[in-house]
Amino acid sequence: MVSIVDSGIGNVGSIVSMHDYLGLETVVIKHAEEVASARKLILPGVGSYDAAIDKLTRQDLFHAIKDRVNEGAPILGICLGMQLLMEGSEEGLKSGFSFINGHCKKFDNKLNLPIPHLGWNTVGVKKNGNQLFPDVNEYNRFYFVHSFYACVSNEDILTTTDYGVNFASSIHSNNVYGVQFHPEKSHRFGLSLLNRFYYL
Amino acid sequence: MVYQRIIPVLLVKDNVLVKSVNFKSHKYVGDPINAVKIFNEKEVDELIILDLDASKHNGEPNYNLLKSLTRECFMPLTYGGGVNTLNDVERIFSIGVEKVSLNQAVLNNAPFIEEAINTFGAQSISAIVNIKKDFFGNYCLFDYKKKKKKRIDLHKYTKELEDKGFGEILYYDVDGDGTFKGINQDLLKSLMKSTSIPVVFCGGAASHEELISVLKDNRNLSGIAAGSVFIYHGKHNAVLINYPQNKDRYNDNNLY
Repeated sequence: MVSIVDSGIGNVGSIVSMHDYLGLETVVIKHAEEVASARKLILPGVGSYDAAIDKLTRQDLFHAIKDRVNEGAPILGICLGMQLLMEGSEEGLKSGFSFINGHCKKFDNKLNLPIPHLGWNTVGVKKNGNQLFPDVNEYNRFYFVHSFYACVSNEDILTTTDYGVNFASSIHSNNVYGVQFHPEKSHRFGLSLLNRFYYL
Repeated sequence: MVYQRIIPVLLVKDNVLVKSVNFKSHKYVGDPINAVKIFNEKEVDELIILDLDASKHNGEPNYNLLKSLTRECFMPLTYGGGVNTLNDVERIFSIGVEKVSLNQAVLNNAPFIEEAINTFGAQSISAIVNIKKDFFGNYCLFDYKKKKKKRIDLHKYTKELEDKGFGEILYYDVDGDGTFKGINQDLLKSLMKSTSIPVVFCGGAASHEELISVLKDNRNLSGIAAGSVFIYHGKHNAVLINYPQNKDRYNDNNLY
């Protein structure tokens, strides 16, 4: 059973649809008490950093999530949801959950590439034997749409992706997982990833 | 590096799928939910759904249809049509749509656009720019609701949209729409010169092969969109949902 946090900042519908397709149990949650009793959390996120932190705080979800994850519940942050797991972002002034050290930076205009990074891109697995990407050589492509990327220490990088810079497309530390891309929009690659998170 | 996208555009009118020629003569094609299911099975890169009724009748976005469509979609969905307020944008995202496309709102310089971009991020709001030639062959901005053309400097206009903070621009060549006559390469190349945000071009594609060759020739083009080539098939234009095979597209050397 996985609990999907609905705070108005993310695309909950598609995540539920994918789980339904896989025959996996989900519950969409909106309140602090529901977070406190969740076994596993998925935190989707679409939008901008500060607006998201504000929404989570206003709905008493920020502290609830912080506590539950510190107790050991696995969490998967998606897109902005991943960025919120970190300390902060150039995009805003507010602090994130700080489950994983690091900040998010904006893609440099000097790269001469369109910003946001928008479209399908491949990921390269950097950690051996990780439960989300057990096979280092497996081909995976996912849908990305973001202007900011995560800067974390090497041991927290799960996969990297090339877009002018080689950036961390997914991060992991203990029970905290974050993916910059949208598994719920990445066909069989996303189905596979969500299935693996479910069975962690 | 990011792959270039090949994107089917689905037009919805009265809750059914239609196809137009030059933005006119909308012919019935089929059931949108079925079409989305099939595209989903074909693992298309992305889908654009444009609801024609909403904008024309000052109506709201087609929420019910959207809910049914997103359930079938394991790829990104962009929705346009009748998006008039910040609340519309929020509702659309909560249903499970990745991007909202604005057309009338852009033409009318609607004030909610700035707030939408700030709240939801530039990457989730795209602008649709319909382009049509006038009698003298000049490229004009086309307002399909008022059926009016306005001669503009496309480069300047693009810059303005960029400055406004849009995350993507979809250029729709009205003169090419539904004609299979081939993509207007001059127009495309001139549009590509102006911008540093992702650009998608739509209108006039003759075949799958042409889509791929246009992507190859324009590496900075983020995506190419089309309607007729994915909906019609064969000499007699039978309705048959089709899409280039992914195994032919995604390999080590291809970026499209």
